[in-house]
Amino acid sequence: MAVYPRPGAPPFRPAASGHYARHSFDTPRASGLASPRRVMNPSDSPSRASVPLAGNSVIEFRGVHYRAPTGNTVLKNFALVIESGETMVLLGRSGAGKTTALKLINRLLEPSAGEIRVDGRSTAEWDAIALRRHIGYVIQETGLFPHYTVEQNVSVTPQLEAWPRARIRRRAEELLALVGLDPTAFLARYPHELSGGQRQRVGLARALAADPPILLMDEPFGALDPLTRAEVRREFQQLQMRLRKTVVIVTHDVAEAVELGTRIALMEAGELKRVHAANEFLRSDDPIAAAYVAQIRALALNGAQKPESPREEPSHS
Amino acid sequence: MSLAEYFARNGGQIFSATAEHMWLTGISMLLAVAIGVPLGILVARRPWTSKPILGSANIAETIPSLALFGFLLPLPWLGARGDRIAIAALTLYALLPIIRNTAAGINSVDPAVREAARGMGMTEAQILRRVEMPLALPTILAGIRVATVWTIGIATIAAAVGAGGLGEYIFRGLAMVNNNVILAGAIPAAALAIAADILLGLLERRMRPERRSSLRRPGASPAAGLGAGAGAVALLAIFLVSGLAGCGGERKDTIVVGSKNFPEQALLGEILAQEIEAHTHLHVERKFYLAGTFICQQAMLAGRIDTYVEYTGTALTAILKDPVEQNPQAVFDKVRRQYQRRFHFTVLPSLGFNNTFAIVIRGQDARRLHLTTISEAAKYTPKWVAGFGYEFMGRPDGYAGLVKTYGLKFAGPPKILDLGLLYRALLDREVDLVAGNSTDGLLAARDLTVLQDDKHYFPPYQAVPIVRDQTLERHPELRAAIEALAGKISDAQMQKMNYEIVGQHRDISQVAREFLRSSGLA
Repeated sequence: MAVYPRPGAPPFRPAASGHYARHSFDTPRASGLASPRRVMNPSDSPSRASVPLAGNSVIEFRGVHYRAPTGNTVLKNFALVIESGETMVLLGRSGAGKTTALKLINRLLEPSAGEIRVDGRSTAEWDAIALRRHIGYVIQETGLFPHYTVEQNVSVTPQLEAWPRARIRRRAEELLALVGLDPTAFLARYPHELSGGQRQRVGLARALAADPPILLMDEPFGALDPLTRAEVRREFQQLQMRLRKTVVIVTHDVAEAVELGTRIALMEAGELKRVHAANEFLRSDDPIAAAYVAQIRALALNGAQKPESPREEPSHS
Repeated sequence: MSLAEYFARNGGQIFSATAEHMWLTGISMLLAVAIGVPLGILVARRPWTSKPILGSANIAETIPSLALFGFLLPLPWLGARGDRIAIAALTLYALLPIIRNTAAGINSVDPAVREAARGMGMTEAQILRRVEMPLALPTILAGIRVATVWTIGIATIAAAVGAGGLGEYIFRGLAMVNNNVILAGAIPAAALAIAADILLGLLERRMRPERRSSLRRPGASPAAGLGAGAGAVALLAIFLVSGLAGCGGERKDTIVVGSKNFPEQALLGEILAQEIEAHTHLHVERKFYLAGTFICQQAMLAGRIDTYVEYTGTALTAILKDPVEQNPQAVFDKVRRQYQRRFHFTVLPSLGFNNTFAIVIRGQDARRLHLTTISEAAKYTPKWVAGFGYEFMGRPDGYAGLVKTYGLKFAGPPKILDLGLLYRALLDREVDLVAGNSTDGLLAARDLTVLQDDKHYFPPYQAVPIVRDQTLERHPELRAAIEALAGKISDAQMQKMNYEIVGQHRDISQVAREFLRSSGLA
């Protein structure tokens, strides 16, 4: 991924313009954006080609049930194995149980039945705090601490892990560079002084701070406008190529799933329907996947007829 | 005297009252924060505790402040000192906004922020300390601000239980019907409240995360946080230190003379003050019109006054809580011993007069029937109508015992009259016998006769100067100066002087000066 730009340049990649999202709708699409063609043609997506399936499970759901405090069953007999270094996408509509599954991994929720194993150990045996520090966590709203600067935000986990001060400082600069933000410009800023895209990058940097082997991402790009979203997504993809974390992403966006995922777990009403390799998902004969894709396509076509939103058009046509 | 003059002349006293006020408020707020913030956290963490905790704080809030001070009076340790009562009550009042705002501040933390904190592997304690508390701080400060402003206001009422502070001026001013004195309490209290409101408001705004900026003053943000924190500490420090300074300092050669809130007391205070000024080199401060016996006692205990004149019967029943007793010498001895032992106050010999109940009839009736004692009047009373004050009817040393002791019968039940109307009713022949006070000024000014209490039914209320032992140790010359007044004021003399003050509206210090001169004292 492109590290932050030339010294002295405006804060962040003006050519891409995605970080100045509010001004970018009327600008012509910049060259750096993921092209729809690439999304449609999975074979040239770089992540897929470069991530080998190591074959050792890092996260494993075994017959997991989850019943919410309200009594609703949110997850039914959920079983899924996530391999080391792969990016597993949990895809489905709202209420399908994707986020619940994700939070069961870092024990923000406890299963009503069954077990989740992380690194071969049941999460119930893990100390919850140790488990969470072993796992990076990125959420849609970023959850950045508003009273902390960017530097303080990305330094939280290293501080909790009692790293030496100088190392924390170095790591903070390194992290910002990693997510494409100029440390000199951004370390001292507060979250409310950042654009949505910048905030999301800091959120990612914070999750990566202590170099956790596992990264959980809950609709990480959902709050961004389409241009910024595409850009941050692509950058993440390139980052993942280098870092090779075990990643679980929750999304309802088929394009995102196909672009980022190694495999896609399709969920519906608390049940796991199918797991597809991402590059086969769109052309699968599986009726459930096909129905999902058809719905999205219909929506996209609808959108295409409206002249105000031409950007939606190419994605799934 | 103009207000400005009054402030200029009494600046030192007003300042120390202000300092005392700040001390009361500061201590109460410190306690309220120490109790309220943890309770607020508990309410936020365990929502089921919200109802009992906020409910109780709410109920405390609805108790009228004067009543709450009253409820705390009989408590064993707390009720013994006015400042303890005041601090307890003020703390209780300050709790609700602090608990409520702490809970609200924590609950208003963005759930995404809390989820991120948990997801990062922060423990509950770390989330509270590093995330929730800093983010709730502006809201908590807003609660503290409201509570502080209230407390400064309510603390003026604390003077009613003898806690001192600026309220003392307000109560004294009301009793004296003197606007300067009222304003000497009200203006500093209002200024304190406004200052606290502004300072805490500034602090609160500084703490808001959206007000922090990397751009406005690059690199200054940690210093800004530090500055705000230091500001809060400094404010509290000012409140507490100024309180201590005001209580402890600037009183080396000054004697503070107090009095209760009626004219006879103010006159006795003035006589005491002038006598001390004439025979010692001490500077005398006058703190007259304190709102009642309990307040004077509290002021003595706290060292806010050094001396005042008490009545032996009142000391026995109201302060020592002993039963009524008739023998004057026995009462005096008992009061002197007990005061010495329990309070380290010295009771000096009586000034001479006895301000007890007096059974009064018209002078012409007394002369016509040759009556000088209550016993002699008993055979005429069946044809008379009696008029008594409401208090006299209820007191243990009042109506019932009087009737029994002398076998009195009246023509019908006694009329209950307001104290101010008793003598008028007697002179207008609406009633034929009343119970007044033996030093009432009208007794000297009108044709009225006090019947002797020949069976010694009424307990003695001899006027005795009381001085703190500490003060006497520091200034032994005080004793001689005050003892020179022993036995110098007779009942008749006191009646006359009361009449001059109340009936003729003469200046108290003038009347005192004339008395001392005519008695060969000053």
